[in-house]
Formats: sequence, C-alpha cells, structure tokens
Amino acid sequence: MILGAILAIWLPNLMAAIISMGIVGYSLALSFMFLGAPDLAIVQIIVETMSLIILIAAIIKTTEKDTPDEKKLSRAVLYIGSTAFFVVFLLMSIKVFYQLPPFGNPALRMASDYIASGFEKTGAPNLVAAVILNLRGYDTLGEVTVLFAAVVGLVVVLRKTGRKR
Amino acid sequence: MSEIVKTVSRIFAPLIIIFGIYVTLHGHLTPGGGFAGGLVIAGAVILLVLAYGGGIERLTRERTTTSRLESSGILLFWFVAVLGLVIGGIFFLNIMGKGIPFAIFSAGIIPVCNIAIAIEVGGAISTILLALVLFKRDKK
Repeated sequence: MILGAILAIWLPNLMAAIISMGIVGYSLALSFMFLGAPDLAIVQIIVETMSLIILIAAIIKTTEKDTPDEKKLSRAVLYIGSTAFFVVFLLMSIKVFYQLPPFGNPALRMASDYIASGFEKTGAPNLVAAVILNLRGYDTLGEVTVLFAAVVGLVVVLRKTGRKR
Repeated sequence: MSEIVKTVSRIFAPLIIIFGIYVTLHGHLTPGGGFAGGLVIAGAVILLVLAYGGGIERLTRERTTTSRLESSGILLFWFVAVLGLVIGGIFFLNIMGKGIPFAIFSAGIIPVCNIAIAIEVGGAISTILLALVLFKRDKK
C-alpha cells in the first residue's frame, strides 16, 4: 500500500500513476476486510473502481504526461525541510503515545454502551446499521446532505444553459 | 463499443441492479446498506452508459431523471427524520415497531432510511457521471 502511494507520486506517466493509486485503494479494502469491517470494504471496493474509471476516462481525453514542476527551491532545502518536519512529527507522536490509554481500552465509554444495548434498542442485528442510522442518525443525515450539495455544485458548474460566451 | 460488450452489459446490468436492491433491503441484517447498495446500482448505470453511449438528448433526459431521483431520496430521508419529531417529539425517533429480529421487515425506520440513502447515492453518482459525459460531448 505504501509502495503504491510512493509509486503514484514518483511515476512520470499519469496512467501508471493512476493504476498505482488503484493499488492503494484495493489494499485499503483488503485491510478493512482483515480488520473485520465488511461494510467498509464493500463501499471501498466499489468507490475505488468507479473513481478509477472516471480518472482513466479523463486521462484518455486529455494528456498522459505529467507536467514538470517549476524548480523554485533547491533540492537541498526541500530535503532538509522534509527531514525536519519528519523528526518533529516523530517526537510529537512519541510524546502523545505515552498519553494514550492501552490498546483495546478506548477512552470513550459510549462505544461499549452501543455494543451492549444496541440490539435491544433498535432491533437490528447488523450493529453498524443500527449505529449509523438510529443511534447516530445526525451523522448520516449530514453525509447525505454533503453528497447532495456536491452534486448540485457539479451540475451548476458544468451546465450549459446560462453560460456566457 | 463492440457487439460483445453491448451484449454482456445488457445481460449483466439487471443482475447488478438486483444485487444492489438485495444489499439495500438486507442492510439491517447483513453487511452493506444504503450506501453500498446505491453505489452498486450506480455501477450498473455507469456500465450501461459506457457500453451504449447515446445522443445528447437521451443522456440529458436521463440526467434529469437521476437528479430527480436523488432529490426525492434526500427528501424521503428528511421526511422520516422529521416524522419522528412530529409524532414523538424527538428528531430521528424510531416510530415504527421493531418487529421480529432477523426478519426482513423489522428494526423500525432503519430499512426505510436505507432505501432513501440508496436512492440518493445511486442518483447522485449517476448524475455526476452523466454530467461529466455531457460536458465532454458539448465541447466537441
């Protein structure tokens, strides 16, 4: 997965970069499956396939070569900057890791309450559906509204009538 | 596209749509749900559009249909949510009976919400694809 991500950044050919992005997405779906989240894995596989189709169609219509970026900063500055960022990030995360509760012992007590009483409260055997549609309905409502807004924005940008020549 | 692609997609698209409806209706019993089911249905639509294409007029009419479906899906979802507020005084209250567990008509409003989300997501993804295809046709 990490290899696919690195390849997607480094490859000059855009088609190969998109295919390595597909590697990232499908291995993400595989890891969802191994972690025991089949709902997420299904959605991830389908979304990845569709976005690959749309991106490949766009690439075929436009161009295959990556545009070279302008070299404003020298290479040494870039390397030093990224190394410094990496070191600072590592130090901070080591500091934070000591504050975390031990694994399998989450800080929020709400999740265990959902698992214990979700079935009696909603009557749905699939606990994921019970959580996202009944106990946490607001979240799903927000997601659906965001998707609707995205589609409206896309149609407004791409429409033909009302566009000035 | 070639004749082989057209025939295969004509045979397979109804099966894909049926599978999407199955995933949606069993969302409260098995993995899946409204989002996955709607995406599967949109995948069948994408397959048909890619295989057959079609003129601008036909695709515009289809886009109008899908955007209407999407709007009605989100309206249905809001309607279910507000119905709980009107009847029971709590937003998103589960107003319908819970029914027998593991039966297909159970768990109150969850199947209704799943169907609404499936209509909304399927319509949204199809609308996005059709809008992009139409834009490409326009520029030529």
